[in-house]
Amino acid sequence: MDRSSQNRPRRIAPFVAVAAAAALTLAGCSSGSGGKKAEEGGGDGASAGKANTPQMTVALVTHQAPGDTFWDIVRKGAEAAAAKDNVKLIYSADPNAGNQANLVQNAIDQKVDGIAVTLAKPDALKSVLGKAEKAGIPVVGLNSGLSDWKDLGLLEFFGQDESVAGEAFGKKLNEVGAKNTVCVIHEQGNVGLTQRCDGLKKTFEGNTQILNVNGVDRPSVKSTITAKLKQDSSVDYVATLGAPFAPTAVQSVGDAGSKAKVATFDLNKDLTKAIKAGDIEFAVDQQPYLQGYLAIDGLWLYKNNGNYSGGGEQPVLTGPAFVDKSNVDAVSEYAAKGTR
Amino acid sequence: MSMTRQAEPAVTPPPAPGPKANDGRTTRRTPARRLLARPEVGVFLGVVVVLVFFLIAAPPMRDSSSMANILYQSSTIGIMALPVALLMIGGEVDLSAGVAVVTSALTASMLAYQLSMNIWVGVIAALAVSLAIGMFNGWFLMKTGLPSFLVTLGTFLILQGINLAVTKTVTGNVATDDISDMDGFAQAKALFASSFEVGGVQVKITIVWWLVFAALAAWVLLRTKYGNWIFAVGGNKESARAVGVPVTFTKISLYMLVGFGAWFVGMHQLFSFNTVQSGEGVGQELIYIAAAVIGGCLMTGGYGSAIGPVFGAFMFGMVQQGIVYAGWNPDWFKAFLGVMLLGAVLINLWVQRTATRR
Repeated sequence: MDRSSQNRPRRIAPFVAVAAAAALTLAGCSSGSGGKKAEEGGGDGASAGKANTPQMTVALVTHQAPGDTFWDIVRKGAEAAAAKDNVKLIYSADPNAGNQANLVQNAIDQKVDGIAVTLAKPDALKSVLGKAEKAGIPVVGLNSGLSDWKDLGLLEFFGQDESVAGEAFGKKLNEVGAKNTVCVIHEQGNVGLTQRCDGLKKTFEGNTQILNVNGVDRPSVKSTITAKLKQDSSVDYVATLGAPFAPTAVQSVGDAGSKAKVATFDLNKDLTKAIKAGDIEFAVDQQPYLQGYLAIDGLWLYKNNGNYSGGGEQPVLTGPAFVDKSNVDAVSEYAAKGTR
Repeated sequence: MSMTRQAEPAVTPPPAPGPKANDGRTTRRTPARRLLARPEVGVFLGVVVVLVFFLIAAPPMRDSSSMANILYQSSTIGIMALPVALLMIGGEVDLSAGVAVVTSALTASMLAYQLSMNIWVGVIAALAVSLAIGMFNGWFLMKTGLPSFLVTLGTFLILQGINLAVTKTVTGNVATDDISDMDGFAQAKALFASSFEVGGVQVKITIVWWLVFAALAAWVLLRTKYGNWIFAVGGNKESARAVGVPVTFTKISLYMLVGFGAWFVGMHQLFSFNTVQSGEGVGQELIYIAAAVIGGCLMTGGYGSAIGPVFGAFMFGMVQQGIVYAGWNPDWFKAFLGVMLLGAVLINLWVQRTATRR
């Protein structure tokens, strides 16, 4: 007789009940500091009224990896423009180029009025973009693909090449007198991240080293940067390639007892605080909100007034814009809303 | 023939001429052999080899603060590798373990922040959620009889989606808000993410917790009835049930143990880094499983130890950081890691074969 197998599971229930009861007991104690109550309310991004043009449908197809803060801001910009322009926005994303091409095909099948697409792997999208052209759907590029958008027959391009951002970063490092920089890649094999480090290496006059870390595991990121700083104590600047990794790098610097400073690509709410506090020196911002916003707005303008920025010849650059102690106050308000 | 034989029971058969009394099956192996047959010995030797290798190849690793750094990295893997190993001995896997860590941290952070409550409310709610996820995995598994690979793959995808969608809906961003200025943060940080000084070296508290949990797991596995049940359900579920082992309870509780580990590591990440990215954790489940397997646990269940995964996680942390301490070309990073790990598993295998060979 298997008595215990029937009795035992019930013993879990009281335990859960105790945990739940404890949670309810604690519910009485609210936090006196911090929390949502302490944050000031505010609308979600800019709003400039609403167009009275007939509704159009636009698909935004990016190579976003799930849960990436950067792409979240791009999407918010696109949503703000869509709300203003009376556009129905269909957002989809897949980091795998083949899957991204399928998503573009999906948009063509839905007979959308315009497509905004990132060209992280231009070759993979070539044939499907040809189909969009055949179907008479205008396509604009954003974020990645500065060197390819014209060849692929896109209408216009909003963004900044990753290598351009890297080069600007390298120049800034020269200005602040850095000698030995570690460029931290949080996703090994990512083309854009590699371009950033390559661009940095190109213009930076000091020594540049690459460090690969496991971006999905924060303790591992912290340990690995600590290890690098221990291995080479002459490192005086750590460059992270994504906003969330900069504060972690600051912790590593502390752990390693190093004097290195931290600077980063991209921006978010916590980073503006850290820049204010002087923990992080500067961030180079390619203004992802602007990229999303302009791409959707550009398609709307094309449909309703035949305009296209750059005349099909020149891209529209959204960066690199530097955020440091001198201008962080002006930016932090928007970063708090998650739009800068 | 002689008087002595009469003293023996009549049913005793005469000594058979065929197999000798000592045919090897009942021989007492030498103490060295018996030691080698323990699941954790192979990985222990592997760890020694890799450690010596890196101490020669990477001079910065000889520093005691470097060892503290490696142990920290190992502890965050190791705390999860322990329950994952017990579950594996119990014959199941959990692919949702990596994202479950992030789910737990997100729950605690968002609940406390959005309701502006004491951090501990979030911490305890997160424990309840983590245990519930484990309970669901185990219950669904036992109820349906589906392979654990499928069940937990489903949970993995569900949690991954929930992590992103709920965080986005609640916070408006894909990361949580900074909670470091809220009530209870300091205490929680002291428990989950503080560090203390030993001989001038900063040691992270997770290392202590890791060793405490490992000792506890080893005791449970080797000295308690529950430990026997784990081996029994992993060896053969039906025979275990036939001899009165509560199979359903054992399996569900093992999944809940993984839930507890996910909660603990999740809390560490939250109080160590103040915010959580909702996309993190994907792929970590394989690292936990790897640490358990390197530590001598069989993927088929019924065999393994609690000490082995400790060395497995240490091996992982040591190789991962050792490559950086050695200053090798980072493009080869993952390849180095893979070669080192395969090497460790080979040593493991060789030791086991040598030990069990007659």
